[in-house]
Amino acid sequence: MFEYTVLAGIMYGLYFGLVGIGLNLIFGVMRMINLAHGDFIMLGAFLAYWLFHLFGINPLFVIAISCVVFLFLGIAFYYIFVPRLLKSKDPEMLSFILFFGLSQVIEAIIILSFGNNQRSIPSNTFGHSTFSIFGNRFPISWLIVTIVAIVVFIAVYWYFYHTKLGYATRAIMASRDESLVSGINVNRVSAFAFGIGLILASIAGIFSFFMMGAAYPSMGTNLTVISFAIIVLGSLGNPMGTIIGGLIYGLAIMFMQTYLSSWSNLLPYLLLIAVMLFKPEGLIGKTVRSA
Amino acid sequence: MLKKRIGSFGIILIIALIFIFLPFVYNNQSFLFNMMLYIALAEGLNIIYGFTGYLPFGYVGFFGAGAYSASLAILFLHFPPLLSIFIGGMGALLVGVVLMPLLKLSGAYFAIANLAASQALYYIVANPNLESITHGPYGISLASVYNPHASYYTMLAVLVLSMIIVLFIRTSNFGLSLLAIKEDRITASLAGVNVAKARAIAWGLSAFIAGLSGASFAWYVSVFYPGTVFSLNISVIVIVFALFGGIGTIAGPLVGSLILYSFYNFIGISTPQYFQLLYGILIIVLVLFLPDGITSILQKRKIYVP
Repeated sequence: MFEYTVLAGIMYGLYFGLVGIGLNLIFGVMRMINLAHGDFIMLGAFLAYWLFHLFGINPLFVIAISCVVFLFLGIAFYYIFVPRLLKSKDPEMLSFILFFGLSQVIEAIIILSFGNNQRSIPSNTFGHSTFSIFGNRFPISWLIVTIVAIVVFIAVYWYFYHTKLGYATRAIMASRDESLVSGINVNRVSAFAFGIGLILASIAGIFSFFMMGAAYPSMGTNLTVISFAIIVLGSLGNPMGTIIGGLIYGLAIMFMQTYLSSWSNLLPYLLLIAVMLFKPEGLIGKTVRSA
Repeated sequence: MLKKRIGSFGIILIIALIFIFLPFVYNNQSFLFNMMLYIALAEGLNIIYGFTGYLPFGYVGFFGAGAYSASLAILFLHFPPLLSIFIGGMGALLVGVVLMPLLKLSGAYFAIANLAASQALYYIVANPNLESITHGPYGISLASVYNPHASYYTMLAVLVLSMIIVLFIRTSNFGLSLLAIKEDRITASLAGVNVAKARAIAWGLSAFIAGLSGASFAWYVSVFYPGTVFSLNISVIVIVFALFGGIGTIAGPLVGSLILYSFYNFIGISTPQYFQLLYGILIIVLVLFLPDGITSILQKRKIYVP
């Protein structure tokens, strides 16, 4: 039982790292909390759902499609909202409210178009087989999601440390003004980073069916709070730290569900409040801002 | 100052008279009740958000805490309804005191932590393990004390109280010290404002108003579920109403609620998503073009908005 909980917790944790990493990337680059993050996860889930049920497209291939769709969406949203917000008198608070409005719009449009129903992709899409570690059996879809999460983390790492765009992104994360002075096209790089943030959210959405059972239009707010708890746990503004936050969250939720299941839905909220009050800089790494 | 106070007091009096006599000519009492409820909540939110800049995203937590404290006082202690409503306000105040450390956080962090706190409260109240106390997810029935007329006028009293508190804050030195905190906490404390005490008072008043409103709501509807009184939509709608009218004034949240709730009643009842879509768009447009609400149009022309 204990072994099973730990292993499931690690797999869930890696998935939840994936859920939070897009939010953290956008926060790191723009110092804005994308309160519509959960709704972009939901959009990713609905994209995968329709492509699967209409054309039988395997969720793994949907990743490629969502990369294109959400990159454009991200760049468009960036240029519509962000430069204007940055010029206002209180960008942090106003962007928070604005993205909240955006999340309401997305949720309402999806409910009006498709109804407020639970949607799911059958869990045997990747075959009926199971796999076992140390004698504990898990569905094969968990293994696939875990591998996807790890591949995504490697890709994000590679982007940050081995591409020109990644260097520029990290420079902006360190100091927006200084990057501007040293000739980086801050708007273009940030827009691209915003797009990547949304892509990461949508990938988490595509696999939400296998880790969370079902997707529904109003799942966004809850996911945003969970993602926020995860990135605060890891370290705000440090995307790679999200993985640690995700792992802690995944393990904690698995132990709660195993040993104290009726109270487990309280966990993300209590965790969030506790970390913000007692260790606002996150459990690891350097302080990016003391809340 | 005195002249402004008398002018604002006139507005409160007019609103009170309207809601006293309107039920005799307009028979949709539940619409009027909800209108008063949202004005009171918008003014309550205004106390903390409008004057100190802390955005309480989990404002509904106080509302629900008030509804539940009052209901439990009626069901278990057999208190009369009016006393129970006061208990509801005190229950919300207690939650406010417990959450006071959150005020150390700033800006969006406070908003998210407050949101998390209200959700945590919801999951505690709705937990089936506490069925013997809170009736868990099965809801509360106050059929034994059901009295729509008495609860209607109780709500009116809460509404008037909320507006008088905002009137007092708006036209007093206390209000000025709150505005100083909103501008810059450190400068405010250097200028001699007791920051911790002032914002704690504003926070407590704000919680108290939401608690009283929640308790009156519980008495008025008399049957409700945890999901009804802890619905995040209440926070959201109240924030939008206050923002739309313009925070930091008495008139702003009042005008915002009057316009938008009428509108909501007109289009939103059958398919609430149309209203959700509308207020989502409204938030975006407001933030981009009119961040201080519609009353700021007057203020820009140097017209005093009470």
